[in-house]
Amino acid sequence: MTRVDVTVNGARRSADVEPRTLLVYFLREHLGLTGTNVGCDTSSCGSCTVLLDGESVKSCTLLAAQVDGRDVATIESMATDGALHPIQEAFRRNHGLQCGFCTPGMVMAAASFLRENPDPTEADVREALEGNLCRCTGYHNIVKAILDAAGRGAEGAE
Amino acid sequence: MIPAPFEYERAETVDDAIELLGARDDAKILAGGHSLLPLMRLRLARPSTLIDIGRIRDLSYIREDDDVVSVGALTRHHDVATSEVLRRACPVVAFAASQIGDPQVRHVGTIGGSCAHADPASDMPTVLLALDATLTVRGPRGAAREVAAADFFKGLFEPDLAPDEVLAEIRVPKTTGRGWSYLKFHRRAQDWALVGVAALAGNGSPAAVALTNMGERPLRATGVEEALAAGADLAAAASRADEGTSPPSDTFGSAEYRRELSRVLVRRALEEAMAR
Repeated sequence: MTRVDVTVNGARRSADVEPRTLLVYFLREHLGLTGTNVGCDTSSCGSCTVLLDGESVKSCTLLAAQVDGRDVATIESMATDGALHPIQEAFRRNHGLQCGFCTPGMVMAAASFLRENPDPTEADVREALEGNLCRCTGYHNIVKAILDAAGRGAEGAE
Repeated sequence: MIPAPFEYERAETVDDAIELLGARDDAKILAGGHSLLPLMRLRLARPSTLIDIGRIRDLSYIREDDDVVSVGALTRHHDVATSEVLRRACPVVAFAASQIGDPQVRHVGTIGGSCAHADPASDMPTVLLALDATLTVRGPRGAAREVAAADFFKGLFEPDLAPDEVLAEIRVPKTTGRGWSYLKFHRRAQDWALVGVAALAGNGSPAAVALTNMGERPLRATGVEEALAAGADLAAAASRADEGTSPPSDTFGSAEYRRELSRVLVRRALEEAMAR
């Protein structure tokens, strides 16, 4: 077993895990944070995207042991006091979701991207989403939502 | 899919990692893990031990000297892609890094991991081959050796690394004044290259052209380089792109399709490099 001490959504969490435990299963099964979805299971679809020290990563392709001592933020950290995060609000306003499965990953990818590029063009947004797949093919409104969030100054994620 | 069980060790220094490698059978180095963990999840790789070097801070740097830029093996693709030094002194490396995987992959994957994995479909080895880059490999008892990119990428997933050696640094020559291009053709944004081409041209030095995924390792397009050195025009030179290659056939494209792609992409890459 390997000891993992990690800050998740602002709280210190510790656990002894098997070395092979992937971060996404640590979040979902050890911490009960099931907002992060497992989609393709092959590092392709981005449904499992979370923030690691503020940057988007695929939690299905990291060992929990690799993030020991670091800071993880999941979709559960976005809304505060019952109010949606501005990026979530923009997804709602622009109907940036259909079945909703890819949405947590899309929102976290957008949070990381808008911090790197607070004033993106549409092409920038489309390129930034190359690691996130929407099987409903609802990309158009997702892109609209992220541009809307950027226009309202939503880059201060978390 | 969960990897098969393994032992996990954390190395604090490169020497630590080398000692651990020497002490275990079938151990593998874990850097970002973005090549290794997917293979382990599919059980295509089953190392007994992973030695995590991800915390060795002094392996992550981009340092500018007179004629070269030195990049620590643990430098992430994101940091290579956004480095002001590389964008100015060797832009083809920064650009190629920006084309690897997707943003999430670039936030974790490292230049050293990509090289040590030696996948012939990956982008950075091809660029390093075209640049005549040098790789520094460290071994037991403080040993270090320098390997030319042309020698480092020996075969399919086969870098020039002994079981107790660690790739420590990648050194690229500055390309000041030379035109450059890296083009790849893929079906979807995040896919591996069906074929990729790195080209450097102009400023008095001979043109250099290298190919991604046209054989078991990255290859120099020697026919193209010879033709250009002999004064051939671009189209004639590019028509020799697939000479000496052995491209794979798979569900995404036949070998013959890849040969045709290589001729087209080499012409486009040379046009782009010469216009820059």
